[in-house]
Amino acid sequence: MKKKGRLYEVLLSIPSMGWLVIFFVIPTVLVIAMAFRAADPYGGIGEGWTLESIRDLGNPNYPAIIWRTIWLSVVSTAICIVAAIPVSYHIARLRKKIQDIILLLVIVPFWINFLIRIFAWKVFLHPEGLFKHLLVILHIADSDTLLLYRPGAVLVVIVYSYLPFAIMPIYASAEKFNYNLIEAAMDLGASRITAFLKIFIPGIRQGLLTAFVIVFIPALGSYIVPDIVGGPGSEMIGSKIAQRTFVDRNLPHASALSAILALAVIVPAGLSMTRQLFKNRKTMGI
Amino acid sequence: MSDFLVFDGVSKSFGSVKVLDNVCLTIKKGDIFSLLGPSGCGKTTLLRICAGFEEPDSGRVILEGHDITRLAPNRRSVNTVFQNYALFPNLSVYENIAFGLRLKKIDPRQIRREVDSFLELIQLTDHADKMPDKLSGGQKQRVAIARALINKPEILLLDEPLAALDLKLRQRMLVDLDNIHDEVGITFLYVTHDQSEAMSLSDEIAVMNNGVIEQTGTPTQIYEAPRTSFVAAFIGDTNFFEGDVVSVKEPYSMLNVDGFTSVEAYNDKMIKTGERVYLSIRPEKFTITINRPETTERTNMVQGTVEEIIYMGYHTKYWIRVNEYLISVKRMHDRYMLDEKMLTWGDPVWLSWHADYCYMLEQYNLRDEALLTIPDEEIPDESGSNDTADETDSNDTQGADEAEARP
Repeated sequence: MKKKGRLYEVLLSIPSMGWLVIFFVIPTVLVIAMAFRAADPYGGIGEGWTLESIRDLGNPNYPAIIWRTIWLSVVSTAICIVAAIPVSYHIARLRKKIQDIILLLVIVPFWINFLIRIFAWKVFLHPEGLFKHLLVILHIADSDTLLLYRPGAVLVVIVYSYLPFAIMPIYASAEKFNYNLIEAAMDLGASRITAFLKIFIPGIRQGLLTAFVIVFIPALGSYIVPDIVGGPGSEMIGSKIAQRTFVDRNLPHASALSAILALAVIVPAGLSMTRQLFKNRKTMGI
Repeated sequence: MSDFLVFDGVSKSFGSVKVLDNVCLTIKKGDIFSLLGPSGCGKTTLLRICAGFEEPDSGRVILEGHDITRLAPNRRSVNTVFQNYALFPNLSVYENIAFGLRLKKIDPRQIRREVDSFLELIQLTDHADKMPDKLSGGQKQRVAIARALINKPEILLLDEPLAALDLKLRQRMLVDLDNIHDEVGITFLYVTHDQSEAMSLSDEIAVMNNGVIEQTGTPTQIYEAPRTSFVAAFIGDTNFFEGDVVSVKEPYSMLNVDGFTSVEAYNDKMIKTGERVYLSIRPEKFTITINRPETTERTNMVQGTVEEIIYMGYHTKYWIRVNEYLISVKRMHDRYMLDEKMLTWGDPVWLSWHADYCYMLEQYNLRDEALLTIPDEEIPDESGSNDTADETDSNDTQGADEAEARP
């Protein structure tokens, strides 16, 4: 009986495992491998192996871009999570029916194509756009202040794009949270804020971790957002990869950059997952 | 000193539902005071008002002379043991207990000493580093109590603290609670729907129903001298009779109970001839005999037949049919098998009881009859407690005509 159950488990996981291997593992390995091939002058992959692309990673332009990529991703992820916590807390405390309506409203933007929404931001922030004129009329900004084509614009649009992805997992945790615990903490002398920080935040830890992963990883690979609302001074690694692929037509160079980005995400994620696995084994007494 | 905690005319409504109606209570320092009543009677709301989680619509809460009605929960010297424990799942047993002290920012060495001594008090020293989800129900309960007591509150609120435990553990925890109370000497305000818990633990009990205090008194007063039909029916079991006063011979009076017999009853309520009264007679006050008992002064007697017998171990419940009445009788039997003829269904028997055992009620409500146990619904339960929430539901429709068939 037990053996049969095990067999079913294996059979049932074959499709998803197959999917992962074909569309994730193999492409990742290919990308890493390609980084060590020579470039073909016509934009393809040339013959033989070389470290030329790896050497190209020392390009003096890269450190600034990598640094910008990291801080934009970290800051936008932090803003998304900090903004999503109170939103999720309040949604979770509403009546179930109203919760569903608000969650629907959070998802509604996804009914419009991502590219169109980003272009809408471009129109919105444009030097001749409505928002800019409003700021000038209200004397908040000069007529020659630039809203668009700066890292700030990229940051705002990344936060806009990924905020729902932060709200959903945090809401899922907040919804399961036992709010009696807040009362218990206050009963023991904690102020509302202390109770929130010491009991609620650890209580939704799982949701916060999920939100971090879901927002940070795509933000790190952003390409369309800096491409559309960012200027030359707000490029991210994603923009560089696209440039190497489509403009320079140098696939090995693009692959080397992609591989670095992929490894930067996979290695820490893998390490924390194995640690989690060992921890679980220990507590389960295996 | 004697007016330690006072609820002064506390009322509270949720929407259109009035859950507390002008509640006045005085609780003495060092007592275990119980709020006893069926679910939905408002007892938990009163506790939450005391803890500061709810504000009353009107009325005041006074603790040692200070009005604490609008004080935030974290500013009151009041701590709560929650019904579902509410232990912090992200903190170890040790840190759960230390939580209140850590907030006060006192010397860590002193925290260590205090927590250790409380761990010892609840006998969980070996479990200090465990997380709450690794504890059993009884252990969680003890941690919750220690976590509240370590703050040295003026008063400890306990909200159905034993409801989630099984019977044997509940009985053990009752003893533990009593010992802890003796040790720390803090006033306990104890909310429960379980009459046996309240009776065994409390110095004083307030019986609540529909947001109103029906009666306050010691367990003996509540049981022996119930003021209303609700108290009589909710605490233990009883029989109700309704009759006219025929004659008064202080301090006793003769009543004519319709369709039953004339009954002599102790008259402490100054009832006059011609008035209508309601009597409560507890099932264990009756004596059952097969032969007609000797007539003695102040003894009432009536003849009936055995309708139902339920053997419950240390006692037996009988249902005796007298005309349209079905009378509940409880009987301890110390030598059941030896020199007593066993009664069986349909046996003619005599019931006799002393006039002092007829207790006159000040207030009578027909719906309280639904609280009485009737033979078909009887489920043997050695604790003797009855979950009234379920019982009122199931008895609501048939209760009036079937229970205690009243002419």
